[in-house]
Amino acid sequence: MNDPRLLMLDPADNVFVAIQTLEAGDCLTVAGQTVTVPARLALGHKLAARAIGAGERILKYRVPIGSATRDIAPGEHVHLHNMKSDYIPTYTLESGSTFSAGHDHH
Amino acid sequence: MIITDQAFLRADGRKGIRNHIVVAYLVECAHHVAREIVYPRREHGVQLIGFGGCYPNDYAARMMRTLCTHPNVGGVLLLSLGCESFNRNSLREAIAASGRPVETLVIQQNGGTRQTIARGRQLLAAMLAQVATVPRATLHVSEFSVGTVCGGSDATSGITANPGIGRAFDRLVAQNAACIFEETGELIGCEDIMTARAATPELAEILRASVTKAARYYTVLGHGSFAPGNAEGGLTTMEEKSMGAYAKSGASRISGLLKPGDLPPRGGLYLLDVVPDGEVRFGFPNINDNAEIAELIACGSHVILFSTGRGSVVGSAISPVIKVCANPETFRRMTDDMDVDAGRILERRASLEEVGREIFDLTLAVARGGITKSEALGHQEFVLTYKSFEPIGPSCLPHA
Repeated sequence: MNDPRLLMLDPADNVFVAIQTLEAGDCLTVAGQTVTVPARLALGHKLAARAIGAGERILKYRVPIGSATRDIAPGEHVHLHNMKSDYIPTYTLESGSTFSAGHDHH
Repeated sequence: MIITDQAFLRADGRKGIRNHIVVAYLVECAHHVAREIVYPRREHGVQLIGFGGCYPNDYAARMMRTLCTHPNVGGVLLLSLGCESFNRNSLREAIAASGRPVETLVIQQNGGTRQTIARGRQLLAAMLAQVATVPRATLHVSEFSVGTVCGGSDATSGITANPGIGRAFDRLVAQNAACIFEETGELIGCEDIMTARAATPELAEILRASVTKAARYYTVLGHGSFAPGNAEGGLTTMEEKSMGAYAKSGASRISGLLKPGDLPPRGGLYLLDVVPDGEVRFGFPNINDNAEIAELIACGSHVILFSTGRGSVVGSAISPVIKVCANPETFRRMTDDMDVDAGRILERRASLEEVGREIFDLTLAVARGGITKSEALGHQEFVLTYKSFEPIGPSCLPHA
């Protein structure tokens, strides 16, 4: 059974979304294993639902939202430090950076 | 499936779920007079729309024409100052050709503010009596149209309300309703996934081009689409952020691409391209959520599904807006404004499937006359600005 604090948006996904803020030291059950949360994780962040190898696609909503840049263990936080965008924008917002400090539409 | 046998049957054969009269000002100079005419009747189905510009614009003229002949509209009173550029005669003719009652008042020819307001209120009383006798008819789900928009999004929008709306859209499309999603600027990064759902290869290229156009437009305007706050909210990549908005579209095949004022030729899922064609002119494509809502309504939407996390309060003229609240804390704080508590998913009080089912059921209930929260609170926001579009080509609607 999934941990009630984690939501999988589609059964094909390899990440969960935290649906409440997790505190450092919280214990989660992921893929049958107990995982301790190393640092505070806010609602909306992703955790690996299983082991994900470097280069593997990260699936959320059943679609790739980027790729792992290194091996990711079950229950590990999945974010900027271990995944990247596969999308090469036609018009980069800021050269060399995925992120820009632009105004967020909506 | 028959939704209701109490739909309002217009002379042009279209069927509405509301029986509004719109009072439409054709330049800002006629706005006050129009508003004063509406005011005593604003809780009795009389609504205010209009275009503020004095200079002609084909897009605005088309929007006004399609909005004034929307199936939820039973009659129209046009308010002109008299010297503006808006072609009031061709608008009146288009409305009259649809069989709807229409009157025009020109303030400069009616003795000014006071006399025009008095005359307008008289005309309105007569039109209300006339519109009240409109025949009723059965509305089949294949004659029903729903649009979706998001605004005031937060980290919860993409995991509760948006996929919940997507589930409702899938149910509606499966029953052959016309469902419309939009905001190509928030589909950047979804091109491959989205084009794989296109009904034809030609349509796939058109969908891709619409997103490329949006990316270019926003770049020219210096309008980035990924802010630091997005990463704090747990979003890592642009395609992930876009997926949150894209999730509103569900998983159905995409049947076509529309531009503002185009009507879906039949049931199915459609992308509305809201970003103007050609060189960047007239400023931001959509200055706020209501600009997008007006365009969804101009494409025939009977009902709008509005996803919000931080808590938008808006409704709209012409078509009811259902507020799907993504964040359970926002829902508790703003319960009076919210129709659906999609944030229950976060608190394990409901599944995505259950929320999708609730949105679907509520959409049909609103089509049967159920009043949304924004309607009950009197929200009738409307905005229309300058834009320019090229007409869509035949490949945009391959099964028309």
